[in-house]
Amino acid sequence: MTSLRSSSQGVGQSASPRRRRSMPANSRSLTLLVALLSLILLNAAITPNFLEWQTLSVNISQVSTIAIVALGMTLVIATGGIDLSVGAVMALAGALAPLIFLSEFGQQAPLAMTLVAIVVALAIAMACGLFNGMLVSRFGVQPIIATLVLFITGRGLAQVLTNGNLQTFDNPAFEFLGAGRLLGLPFQGWLVAVIALLVAWVIARTRYGRYLLATGGNPQAARMAGVPVTRVKLAAYTSCALLAGLAGLITVAINSASDAAKNGSLMELDAIAAAVVGGALLKGGKAPIAGVILGAAIIQLVRYTLLANGVADEVALVVKAAIIVLAVYLQMPRGAH
Amino acid sequence: MITIAWRQRLADNGQATGVCVILLALVCLGLLRYDNFGSAYNLSSFLNYNAMFVLISLGMCLVIITGGIDLSVGTVAALSSVTAAYASPLGLVPALLAGLATGLAAGLVNALMITRLHIPPFIATLASLLAAKGTALIISGNQTVPVDWASGFTRLGMESIGGLLPWSFAITLVVGAGLWWLLEQRPIGRTMLAVGDNEEAAHLMGLPARKAKTLAYLISGGCAGLSGVFLASGFGAGQPLEGLGWELTAIAAVVVGGTLLTGGKGSLVATLIGALMLGLIFNLLNFENGLGTFNLSAYWQMVIRGAFLFVVIAIQVQITRTRNSG
Amino acid sequence: MTALIDMRDIHKRFGGTVALDGASLTIAPGEVHALIGQNGAGKSTLIKVLTGVYALTSGEILLDGQPITFSGPRRAQQAGVATIYQELNLVPLRSVTENMMMGFEPLHWWGGIDWPRAHRRARSVLGELGVDIDVRRPLSEYSTAIQQLVAIGRAVSQRVKLVIMDEPTSSLDEREVARLFEVIRLLKSQGTSVLFVSHFLEELYAVCDCATIMRNGATVEQRTLSETPRLELVASMLGRAAADIQASGTTSFRDLSIDADETLLEVEDLATTKGLRQASLEVRQGEMVGLGGLLGAGRSEVARALFGLDRATQGEMRLAGRAYAPRHTRDAIAAGVALLSEDRKVEGIIPGMSVRENMTLPLLGSLSRRGVIQRRRERELAEHFIEALQIKTASMEQPIGQLSGGNQQKVLLARWLATHPRLLILDEPTRGVDIGAKREIQRIVQDYQARGGAVLMISSEFEELAEGAQRVVIMHEGHATRVLDNPGLTEDALVTAIATAQHDRGDGDRHDDGAPPQAAPLPDHQETAP
Repeated sequence: MTSLRSSSQGVGQSASPRRRRSMPANSRSLTLLVALLSLILLNAAITPNFLEWQTLSVNISQVSTIAIVALGMTLVIATGGIDLSVGAVMALAGALAPLIFLSEFGQQAPLAMTLVAIVVALAIAMACGLFNGMLVSRFGVQPIIATLVLFITGRGLAQVLTNGNLQTFDNPAFEFLGAGRLLGLPFQGWLVAVIALLVAWVIARTRYGRYLLATGGNPQAARMAGVPVTRVKLAAYTSCALLAGLAGLITVAINSASDAAKNGSLMELDAIAAAVVGGALLKGGKAPIAGVILGAAIIQLVRYTLLANGVADEVALVVKAAIIVLAVYLQMPRGAH
Repeated sequence: MITIAWRQRLADNGQATGVCVILLALVCLGLLRYDNFGSAYNLSSFLNYNAMFVLISLGMCLVIITGGIDLSVGTVAALSSVTAAYASPLGLVPALLAGLATGLAAGLVNALMITRLHIPPFIATLASLLAAKGTALIISGNQTVPVDWASGFTRLGMESIGGLLPWSFAITLVVGAGLWWLLEQRPIGRTMLAVGDNEEAAHLMGLPARKAKTLAYLISGGCAGLSGVFLASGFGAGQPLEGLGWELTAIAAVVVGGTLLTGGKGSLVATLIGALMLGLIFNLLNFENGLGTFNLSAYWQMVIRGAFLFVVIAIQVQITRTRNSG
Repeated sequence: MTALIDMRDIHKRFGGTVALDGASLTIAPGEVHALIGQNGAGKSTLIKVLTGVYALTSGEILLDGQPITFSGPRRAQQAGVATIYQELNLVPLRSVTENMMMGFEPLHWWGGIDWPRAHRRARSVLGELGVDIDVRRPLSEYSTAIQQLVAIGRAVSQRVKLVIMDEPTSSLDEREVARLFEVIRLLKSQGTSVLFVSHFLEELYAVCDCATIMRNGATVEQRTLSETPRLELVASMLGRAAADIQASGTTSFRDLSIDADETLLEVEDLATTKGLRQASLEVRQGEMVGLGGLLGAGRSEVARALFGLDRATQGEMRLAGRAYAPRHTRDAIAAGVALLSEDRKVEGIIPGMSVRENMTLPLLGSLSRRGVIQRRRERELAEHFIEALQIKTASMEQPIGQLSGGNQQKVLLARWLATHPRLLILDEPTRGVDIGAKREIQRIVQDYQARGGAVLMISSEFEELAEGAQRVVIMHEGHATRVLDNPGLTEDALVTAIATAQHDRGDGDRHDDGAPPQAAPLPDHQETAP
């Protein structure tokens, strides 16, 4: 008996024959790399002043927030979930930090309070993630709906806290997050690299990473094999919110101002798009970190290409929509007919 | 025997009954506490404003019943308000048709992405949320689009039958009745329920599953389009920037009404009541602000809406739990 | 006489995978036709081609002598082919009536559904099947058996020429099976053909006229059942000579004599929230204890309680002399209990992960240091078990979803053996795997026993219990009713014990000492029912 034949009858009589074998991770990353390089070549040809240090700096600084949020989103998507609240959590963290270091107390000990502000903002972000995670893992609420709660409430709270005002500030220590440079490249670019390597290592080498992929691959089977599914999901949502909070702080630091209405608005779309373009399966069980970083870079570069060539931001929205649909379409199983 | 049947019914529709009771309680509270609450003006402006949300909630209800979700309703409504405003010089009916057609087109695109390309509903409709917003901004040039007052287009969103029942709400009720008939009495409506319950089974039972899903997204798009028409007509301008967050209101209304978010079970009547109840809460808050006992900024609205959704989810979790263990 | 259905030289490929390779099937009008073959022989694919779920790659289907192509399930139904699938394909939240009538609802002149008429029709069709229930209630409120009968009702309520039943008896008890057979005979007398797929040979001989045998995606032969001895049928299915099988039997259990004296597990008067009412049993080291009973008797519930999935509400468990009350599967695994669950697809494999990753999942705790997996040790372990259990896989990195059912089961068995369990619970370990893999799995289990491991096995195959277990505990409605000892245990004795189980429910752990069956006690469980 050949194993080929039996495989069509193995798992999911209905599922496996209809499922096109998903692309192996390596060839997928290669495809993405080719796409990114073609975008760069295209820009080199048509976009003025593209091949300059400055352009690289700008793009790195802009892609870093998308990439950080997308990394967190990838963890959540790997469990088979989704987190719509990342943008709102960005706004909340971004509103909190300046509130703390701009307060009277904060003026007395600027450096210490800046540190406190960052820690508190990130802690609150994690609390948001914990809330999402509890709803999803303990109470079994569907991720879309569970995270919708904070999607609305989070930004609302941020606006209530700041009374809807733009908070501007001048705090060099804090602004290093968004404007600092290391070896001539933006600090947050290095931050992304470190976080990405860390997450990739966790996924590939640690017990938690294996548990995460098992949970997304088949939650019930994972539970039966002794995987602490509830805790795994909780950790994924918490990490996602933590990273979103960090991205919120970076955005605020870049602008030297916190705008609760705008910070992280529609970021959930960018993050989902980057993850999906990078090869994360929406049904869970895959966390291709390299792909996600490439995906974020592609999303950013597409937007940059359009804007730098005088195409309106509104058109960029439509293009982004098309990219998301295309990326998801390509990862969907094909029907038998 | 009769009491058992009655109890069974109550248990089956527990949440809808609860929502009905809360709605009545809120109305009583309003009548007792605020002078102008029961006025014809408040009633008709309340119904007029909420007609838009009731409409998109009804469409959302059908989509959720099929096991899907439509996140694009808000920006599709905004886009439709722009096209309706552009068509308003031609008269009321052409403007109405223009808005409706815009919504139906968006619904068709959603349906095609979902049923033909097999893209998960929330991704597909998230993409069309973006695309509709972008399109609305492009064709409006980032500005509100004033309507032609002379053509009578604004009567739709500003006038009432007998000073009580606004035209917009009357149309909404007619649409609602039609959808109810479709869902409860027509085979295609039953197929929608079956698809949300177990799509594979519905397909193997030989039911027109794809057609049912297509119809649900078309209707949701159409409802969003119509609500965009009311938006343009009621505010005298096409509003390309409106509509963000509308999908949440609609989802909340549907969930409050006891419709299962996983699909396969739901009620349009309960959704209507749920949407009205959500609207009433904000109406009451406005009155409370007017009394001056406390003052909540507009930003609190978002927080309250989110908190409310949370409460409803908590209740649904509780209900499912007791049902499973009992 | 032209055949009702004539499928000729059917080929079906999924991408590069050949599922059907020259299959054929001929069914005469009014005939009850069996379709048999091992798992993976292509039965399900052939059915799905016939019902329009899959489009065929090449070949020809004739209906009443006319060539026909079904573009989907709906077309097949319109042409008179109705199907009851193995996994129930109904819509649980909708009413019984709707499940039967959907797609064929009677309408009023104004286009609305005529509900009273629909309910009446549903009631009368179910009445013919001997079912009397409130057809207005959601289907999910009824038992699996009733749901199965509703599915059959749906099929026969339409004007059909052919009813296809894919493993229809897997969730029915004896009485319900008998009722189903009456329905099949009724259909036959009305001139309707039935295509019957089942693994149970007794059923085939009881109800079918002839059988088509498939192997490796192709049709081997068609036989008239009354002229075919069972052994020949099995031989044809396996592609082996009949004499070989007779010599070795169909299970590979051999020597039952062991000297087991140390008690490993004691369960006393255990009750759980999920249907277990009063179960007592004992497993000694190196011993296999079987759990016998009908579907819903509480066998899997014992397994769930022992594995920390259901909470005990009363009674107690002791493992190696110590009190044992697992709250999670992790507790159970840590205590040395392993459960190979019944539903491999849902509760067993993680299809996208490799054989290696699937195997080591419960072991990661000991395979990692400070949360980091030691990959060399992991690979060695996987290599060892692939070798030892003769798992057929391209490499340990192949996704488990691409393996055959039997090999998936072996990987899962390896997963649990690797944890060095003291107690291995097997819930229907050989269901849905072919006979070859079945025997290998039985051999592996016996080796494990020989090394001192204890096994608690649930099986619906009496042969497996009778030949493998030292003792069999009979369950009925959540109670352990009696214990049968081996040697001396035969299939017939088991069947009798299970069939009469309700009569001797009294004290829990009572050995079969030949005492006359007591009168059934009052059904006390009804008060505790939800």
